[in-house]
Amino acid sequence: MSTKDEILIVGGGLNGPALALALAQAGFAVTVIDALEIDPRENPDFDGRSYALALGSQRLLDGIGLWDQLANDAQPMLDIKVTDGHAGQGPSPFFMHFDHREIEEGPMGYMVEDRHLRRTLLDKLRKTNGVTLLNGKSVTGQTADASGVSLTLDDGSQVSGAIVIGCDGRSSGTAQRAGIKRTGWDYGQTALVCSISHEQPHNGVAHQFFMPSGPLAILPLTGNRSSIVWSETTELAREINALDDAGYLAALQPRFGDFLGEIALAGKRFTYPLGLTLANAMIADRLALVGDAAHGVHPIAGQGLNAGLRDVAALAETLADAKRRGEDPASPLVLGRYQQWRRFDTASMALATDTFNRLFSNDNPLLRLGRDIGMGLINAAPALRRGFIREAAGLSGDLPRLMRGRPL
Amino acid sequence: MQVSQSTIDPNEVAKFEAMAAEWWDPNGKFKPLHMMNPCRLDYITTQIAGEFERDVKTPNPFNGLRILDIGCGGGLLSEPMARLGAEVVGADAAERNIPVAQVHAEQSGLDIDYRNTTAEALAASGEQFDVVLNMEVVEHVADPLAYLTACRELLKPGGLHICSTINRNPKSYAMAIFGAEVVMRWLPRGTHDWSKFITPDELFDLLTKAGLKPVDRKGFVFNPVLWSWSISPRDLSVNYVTASLKQET
Repeated sequence: MSTKDEILIVGGGLNGPALALALAQAGFAVTVIDALEIDPRENPDFDGRSYALALGSQRLLDGIGLWDQLANDAQPMLDIKVTDGHAGQGPSPFFMHFDHREIEEGPMGYMVEDRHLRRTLLDKLRKTNGVTLLNGKSVTGQTADASGVSLTLDDGSQVSGAIVIGCDGRSSGTAQRAGIKRTGWDYGQTALVCSISHEQPHNGVAHQFFMPSGPLAILPLTGNRSSIVWSETTELAREINALDDAGYLAALQPRFGDFLGEIALAGKRFTYPLGLTLANAMIADRLALVGDAAHGVHPIAGQGLNAGLRDVAALAETLADAKRRGEDPASPLVLGRYQQWRRFDTASMALATDTFNRLFSNDNPLLRLGRDIGMGLINAAPALRRGFIREAAGLSGDLPRLMRGRPL
Repeated sequence: MQVSQSTIDPNEVAKFEAMAAEWWDPNGKFKPLHMMNPCRLDYITTQIAGEFERDVKTPNPFNGLRILDIGCGGGLLSEPMARLGAEVVGADAAERNIPVAQVHAEQSGLDIDYRNTTAEALAASGEQFDVVLNMEVVEHVADPLAYLTACRELLKPGGLHICSTINRNPKSYAMAIFGAEVVMRWLPRGTHDWSKFITPDELFDLLTKAGLKPVDRKGFVFNPVLWSWSISPRDLSVNYVTASLKQET
C-alpha cells in the first residue's frame, strides 16, 4: 500500500486534507491517517466553529480545487469594525474601521462554517488520485531513520513513508513522539461559540468588541446569520453555558446591543478552552508540523486556520520545488527551509495575539485609555489602516504561490 | 540496485560514510554549497527542461538523458539529476571524493556512475552526453580553453553545456575571497586565485572559441539580509552561470 516516497499526514481535520490535496497536485503520493471514521467528521454538529478565511487562504482553497463548491456557503467579509466596549454600555467613541474598499483585492476575506469546509475537503480528498485515507486508526508509534519513517497504528499495522507531517492539533502526538517539547499557557478564558440568526442584515460587516473579560466577535455568515465567538473567563463561561437557550441569549444580547434586531440561536452551542501552545521546533528528522500542532494561538484575530493554511501552502511549495529540482524532499536541508520560512512568522503572530489579548481583556482604566487612543490613531491614519487590512486579509509577508493565486 | 561498490575496501566504508555525512550536512563544511544549491539546480533544471522539452512537474522528467557532472564532489548535483530520471556520470579528479559519493548515492537509493577521471580523459575515450554540468570548475583549471574544448567534445550534437564560475572585478574579490575565505571562513584560504576568475564576456569568448554557442547567462546573487541565493538576469558581478550549445552539424 505504501511506498518509500509516500508522505504520511497524521490528522484529517482541515489542514491535513488541504495539505494532502496540494501535495497530490504536485505529484506526491499521500496517506492521510485520522483517528475518527469519516461519518462523525461529516456530521454538521461535529464542530460549531466558523472561520474568517483571509483572502490568501481563499486563494489557496481555490488553487486546490475547492472554492467552486464552497463559494455558495461563503459570506464575503466587507468591513471589520473593532470597538472597545463595556457590557451593557455603548461603544467607546474611539473605534477602528477597516473597509475592504481601501485595498484593491476585493473583500478582506470570507466567513466559512466548519461543517461546509470539512465536508468539501473530505469529499475532494476521496476523489483525488494519489491519496490514501486511513480512517478510524490512531498512531501509536513512530520511528525515523536514514531509510524512511515508519508509523505503527492501533490495529498493529505499519505504514511507512519518506516524511511524516503532524496536522494533529494542539496536543500533537506526532510532535510528542518525536520528542518536540511545547511552550505555552492557558489563558483562563473559554470561547463560547454559536451561530445566531437575526432580524436585521449584517451587510457583510464583522464586529469585534473588546470586553474586560475577553473579546466578542460577531462574524457574518450567509443569510441573516452570524457566528458568535465570545470569550469569557472560564468560570463565567461555564456558568453561561449551563443556562438554557433563552438565558444564554439574554446574557449575550446586552454585550453587543440591538443593531441586529431580535436574535435567536441557529444551531448547537459549543465551548473551546483558550490557550497558547507553541512547539519548540517545526521540524525533526523526516518530520514537519503544520497548523495548531506547531502553533495553537488565541483566536482573537481569527488567525488560527489562516496561519495553518499558510503552513500548508509554504510546506507544499517547499516540497514541490525540492522534488522538481531533484532534491530529496525528506532531507533536513529541505525541511529546514520550511521551518525557516514559517517559524518567525508564526512565533511573532503568537506573540502579537497574546499581547493583544492581554491588552484588551483588561479593565485597567489606563490601558483602556491607551488602547482607545491607539485605535483612534490607527483609524485616523489611512496608510496604517491599509497595513492592518492587508495583514488581516493575509496579503502581507513572504506569501507562498498558492496564496498569491498562482499555481503550485 | 547496481552501485559500483566493488572498488571500495570494506574497512574504509565507515570512514567514507562519515565523509559523506560531512558533505551532506546542511550546517557543515559545505554549507555555502548547500545554500547555493537550490539556485544552481533551478537554473540547471530550467535549462535542461527548456532545451529538451521536458516538464519537471511530471515523474522522471529527465528519463533518457545522459548527464555528466564534472567535479561532482559528494554528488550534490549528480544525485538530483539521477532523482529526476537521468543517467548520470559523476567525474572528479580528486580520488577521495569517489567512494564518498558512491556511499551516499547508495544510501539514497540512487544509481550513479562515479568515476575518478577528468573531462579531458573522458573526451579522449570518446564518451558523449546530452548535458555537461561544469559548475565552479573552470576557475580552477590551468588552461580554460583546452578544458572547455574537452567539454564540447563530450557533448552529443545539440547537447547542452552549463558552466558557472566567478566574475573578476573588485566586488568579486571582496565577496569571494575576502568575504567567503577570510571573514566568513566558508571556504579554506587559497580556495580561489582571483587572477583566474573570468568575466562573463571572456567566458562567452572562450566558449565560442571552444566551438560552443553561448545562449544564456544569469547571475547567482547572495542576499545577506535574507541569507539566501537567487537568480538574477542582470547582476552577474560575482557568481554567474552560462548555458551554451553544441550545434548540430
